[in-house]
Amino acid sequence: MTGSLAKTPSNRVVILGALSAIAMATARIYAAEGAALMLVARNADRLKGLADDLRTRGAVQVETAVVDLEAAAADAPALMAVWKTRLGGLDHVHVIYGYLGTQEKATSDPAELARITSSNYSTAVQWCEAAANIMRAQKRGSVIAISSVAGDRGRQSNYAYGAAKGGLALYMQGLAHSLAPTGVRAVAVKPGFVDTPMTDGLKKGGPLWASPEKIGKIVRRAADKGGPVQYAPGIWRMIMLVIRTVPSFVFHKTKL
Amino acid sequence: MSTRFHPSDTLASWGRVVKARHLVARPRFPDEIGELISGFSPDAPGLAVGLRRSYGDSNLNPEGHIIDMTGLDRMISFDRETGLICAEAGVSFSQALQLLAPAGWFLPTSPGTRFVTMGGAVANDIHGKNHHAAGTFGASVTRLKLWRTDGVAQEVGPGDPLFHATVGGLGLTGIIEWVEFRAVRIPSTEVEGEDTPFENVSEYFDIAAEKKDRYEHTMAWVDCATGGSHLGRGILSSANWYQHGGLTAHREEPRRKMPIDAPSFAINSLTVRAFNSIRHELKTMRAGPYRQHYEPFLYPLDAIGGWNRLYGARGFYQYQCVLPPDTARDGVVELLKTIVASGQGSTLAVLKDFGPNPPVGLMSFPREGTTLALDFRNQGEATLKLMADLDQIVASAGGRLYPAKDGRISAALFQSGFPKWQEFREHVDPGLSSAFWRRVSA
Repeated sequence: MTGSLAKTPSNRVVILGALSAIAMATARIYAAEGAALMLVARNADRLKGLADDLRTRGAVQVETAVVDLEAAAADAPALMAVWKTRLGGLDHVHVIYGYLGTQEKATSDPAELARITSSNYSTAVQWCEAAANIMRAQKRGSVIAISSVAGDRGRQSNYAYGAAKGGLALYMQGLAHSLAPTGVRAVAVKPGFVDTPMTDGLKKGGPLWASPEKIGKIVRRAADKGGPVQYAPGIWRMIMLVIRTVPSFVFHKTKL
Repeated sequence: MSTRFHPSDTLASWGRVVKARHLVARPRFPDEIGELISGFSPDAPGLAVGLRRSYGDSNLNPEGHIIDMTGLDRMISFDRETGLICAEAGVSFSQALQLLAPAGWFLPTSPGTRFVTMGGAVANDIHGKNHHAAGTFGASVTRLKLWRTDGVAQEVGPGDPLFHATVGGLGLTGIIEWVEFRAVRIPSTEVEGEDTPFENVSEYFDIAAEKKDRYEHTMAWVDCATGGSHLGRGILSSANWYQHGGLTAHREEPRRKMPIDAPSFAINSLTVRAFNSIRHELKTMRAGPYRQHYEPFLYPLDAIGGWNRLYGARGFYQYQCVLPPDTARDGVVELLKTIVASGQGSTLAVLKDFGPNPPVGLMSFPREGTTLALDFRNQGEATLKLMADLDQIVASAGGRLYPAKDGRISAALFQSGFPKWQEFREHVDPGLSSAFWRRVSA
């Protein structure tokens, strides 16, 4: 932490689910720019390690908050206000946490289905709305949520997750519309296949798999530029257009 | 065993000769290490690996468990006043330089690629073009944290026997969680150097002896396709940090990528000969002083991501030996004669004189003398026969081979080259092993 106190941060950024691979890649870009960061996740030791990393890489201020984001969503407005105070202002909020789960389990276990819905949609929108309300008042800033290409068409293999992520994207689209007069940005980023521990077990490799670093760059850029729904990388816009267009009588013959 | 391990048929070393099945786990946080290694045992040993730039089988554990450490890539601290830096084992030299270089610091030494991890740099006690001035990477390491598979984690540093076994210890003494080392000051991120052509091996030795006192970085490229009076002709590059330039880090991404394996005819005796001749002519034309950023000077091959695919799907072998000063001149001549006669010419052949710095690790490869590094496209028996002939020359010259480059030497040659190997064996964690270690410790 060399001479950090005197410097003015480039941006003041809250990252929810800061320990995910995509969040970490995004945070490193902000750190190199000299941002002030509030990292929120459940594991205190891991947050400390990440905070050291980001300070070393150039963040002028790194704060951490140990919070279960699903359990604490009802307190979102109050917590968001506290974090804004700790950072001395609020420029960007990234809602990155989520839960993949398995469709098989969700089909038979109500708790799994509830967790998938809560993590990826119903609590996520609480945090987005709390952030948006602060920004609406200050007429400045951005709220960026991680959705998924799985949200573009319901598929037998992951429709619980897909529906929640798809709902989140729809929410962000509406939020962007409502914030348009204020100049505040709301964006849903929809990654395709990302090579993270969450997907370890799947067969990887090939042109459609992206690194968390590549997605991080898109997520960081989405805070400043682009429309309310952004595919990451952009090729997925075309792929999903095709997938949405396939008629059901064909689609239902696939195992996707 | 933990469900965190997933089967993989694609894990390979940089030479890509061995294709084997492994069970691979990719932790992202240090607190995962303990659980991952808890199932390792002498009957089912594991191994931690980094960016897998070792060429042979020292980073392979076929049918066994592998912990890919590259997800542990956080910086822990960096003191911009003293240059003391601490980083998790999976941090690459490339990432570290992004932080160090703009602040006027540099790695104490670096191999010819920046895509190596901290853990790998310690485990192979890597060396670079400045060995005669700076020694190996291990000489700058002040502390590291090591997990044993019995679950005990400890910090070790210079003076601790386990530290000196771990430096150069090929990842066999434990899992390295983080490494702390001293960076070195640089006046700029540019080097000022010159290329000096030499017409044969004898001239190389004369020029190298003269340059090493005046230049921090030296290495020579040698033409392995030409014999006779031009045997061992080549170009010696020597450079120092430029005193007046700016401080900018390299671009992180490779400029180009090899998207597919090259067809097997891409590198053959004709193309190797042509490549070497053209290179000799070009470099000779450029002889004289020049200035450039550290990136093309230190990392010319990193400009092409996956350059190892140039050798085609069957992969290639590296061969790197070091010969003691009193046998080096004759030994290098013998080695080159044998390569020229085989017609298998090495595409990239590098000569360098190591300095007299005492080795830090029990198993450190560098020692005073001359090192020759070669690579050969895998042509099956013919290539193995050539390397066996080279082994004979190295053995009779009292030299040794670099484990990071090797995938086939005999236990006898390894054991005669590393006289402290039995002392080292006492420190090997019984829950860790590699294909290399099983072969050479037999």
